[in-house]
Amino acid sequence: MPLLEIKGVSFQVGAAKILDDLCLSVEEAEVHALLGTNGTGKSTLAYLIAGCEGYRPTAGSILFDGRAIHTSKIHERAQLGITMAWQEPVRFEGISVAQYLTLKNRALDPAPYLEMAGLQPARYLTRMVDRSLSGGERKRIELASILALRPRLAIFDEPDSGIDMLSLRDIINVINACKENGSAVLLITHREEIALIADRASQICRGGIVCSGSPEKVAAYYKSRQCLTCDTEGCADGRP
Amino acid sequence: MDALEQLMQAFGNTGGDRAVLADSSTAHLVADGHTILSSRAIEGVEVEAQETPSGISATVRVRQGVRLTNPVHLCFGVLHKKGTQNISMDVRLEKNASVSFIAHCIFPDAEQVIHTMDAVIAIEDGAEMHYSETHFHGLHGGVEAIPKAVVSVGKNGGYLGEFTLVTGRVGRLAIDYDVEAQENAVVELTARVFGHGNDTIQIKEKVVLAGENARGLIKTRVAVEDEASAEITGITEGNAAGARGHVDCMEIVKDNGVASAIPIVRVTNSLAKVTHEAAIGSVDKRQMETLMLHGLTPEEAVDVIVKGILR
Repeated sequence: MPLLEIKGVSFQVGAAKILDDLCLSVEEAEVHALLGTNGTGKSTLAYLIAGCEGYRPTAGSILFDGRAIHTSKIHERAQLGITMAWQEPVRFEGISVAQYLTLKNRALDPAPYLEMAGLQPARYLTRMVDRSLSGGERKRIELASILALRPRLAIFDEPDSGIDMLSLRDIINVINACKENGSAVLLITHREEIALIADRASQICRGGIVCSGSPEKVAAYYKSRQCLTCDTEGCADGRP
Repeated sequence: MDALEQLMQAFGNTGGDRAVLADSSTAHLVADGHTILSSRAIEGVEVEAQETPSGISATVRVRQGVRLTNPVHLCFGVLHKKGTQNISMDVRLEKNASVSFIAHCIFPDAEQVIHTMDAVIAIEDGAEMHYSETHFHGLHGGVEAIPKAVVSVGKNGGYLGEFTLVTGRVGRLAIDYDVEAQENAVVELTARVFGHGNDTIQIKEKVVLAGENARGLIKTRVAVEDEASAEITGITEGNAAGARGHVDCMEIVKDNGVASAIPIVRVTNSLAKVTHEAAIGSVDKRQMETLMLHGLTPEEAVDVIVKGILR
């Protein structure tokens, strides 16, 4: 039984279909890359899985460990072990990096998790998770916090956005460390070189999965049939 | 237990360091109602205090060029359930002096207490003053606190004022601060208040950037819950070339609380610039969701966010 199973999920806002009969599964301790261009529904799917307010499937179901969760609230899903790193993490006044990494477990030593995300603990533990951090620093702190949580399923929404090319190794380290900790990872990206670190991959186009399999296969498919052309030529995979 | 011991116990409970009274290198003034319990001047700092029929009148002088490493401690309070304490403060920092004040205003059992503060603070050219004031009004909401200050900051001077009332009830609070900054002076006013029950919070802070390149920041962080209300007025005037000012107000409203913010920005010199931002409402949804994704319950998440902005 997959850890996460998305069965025929649709999501509509007004007349706009964002997701349409989407099916996807993620196994225990698997890194699954979800590859797709802008506006294909990647982040929407992440919000539906995490249970963000206003994101409930208009059709279909989401199962976690065999249990339907699509009507559960966000904190109930988090308590089951689902967490997510936003593409653009929010800032908090008056909360230090050390406090942020130990929100749920005060006894935890946050230093190793910062190091894994490429940040020196001595420089960051006492800093605030506020606007004084750059976008890249904030992103790394978010990745470190997800790692520290040791979730059963971590959703990373575009973890490389706002981070320079030289720092990609740190992101990959965090994702690999999640896997080593036994977490499954749903890795959302529009870059095939990021998807290649996954165990499996799927390509999303116009709200549905159009290709699944090995990362190499999906990346090659993605490169050859970039959905950027969909707007002018119609979806290469025939999606409406 | 005598009054000094009682006040010091309350002082310690609100985060004060009781050992400072015994430290001969630290200036202090401690008063209960209209009774001076203890005071100390140190070299370069004159502290003169007098008892008045309804409170204390105090003068503090920091001599030219004196730069204190230890803060001056002020502790004012009313230990009885009822009473009035009117404080009149006259503070002058002479040229290039530098000093920090740590003030505690403590009313642990207040049911019907009025506390007023009328301060006139003169910071001469090149002098710097940091004034941190923490209030504890007990749990009954029986305090009416009315702190007023008129501050002048000379050329190249600095004034950092912090007001904190985040533990226990507020009662009625009406802050009225008025600061004028001359050339290259820097002013920062920060207030953090948490209102509960039927507390009433009024904060009016005004910074006039009168000199060239003067800079000012008014930062207010307020949370209200139950039936509490808050009205925050932040006024900044840019009246000289290169003056830069900003008004930053954030208020979180829970339950039936009511909050309003009135930022007033006025510029009379085309080379000055004053900006403002205000965020009022319930707790930010994305912040809530982020914390819940980290395993907190909605109640825990709200608590972390509110405590964070008031820290």
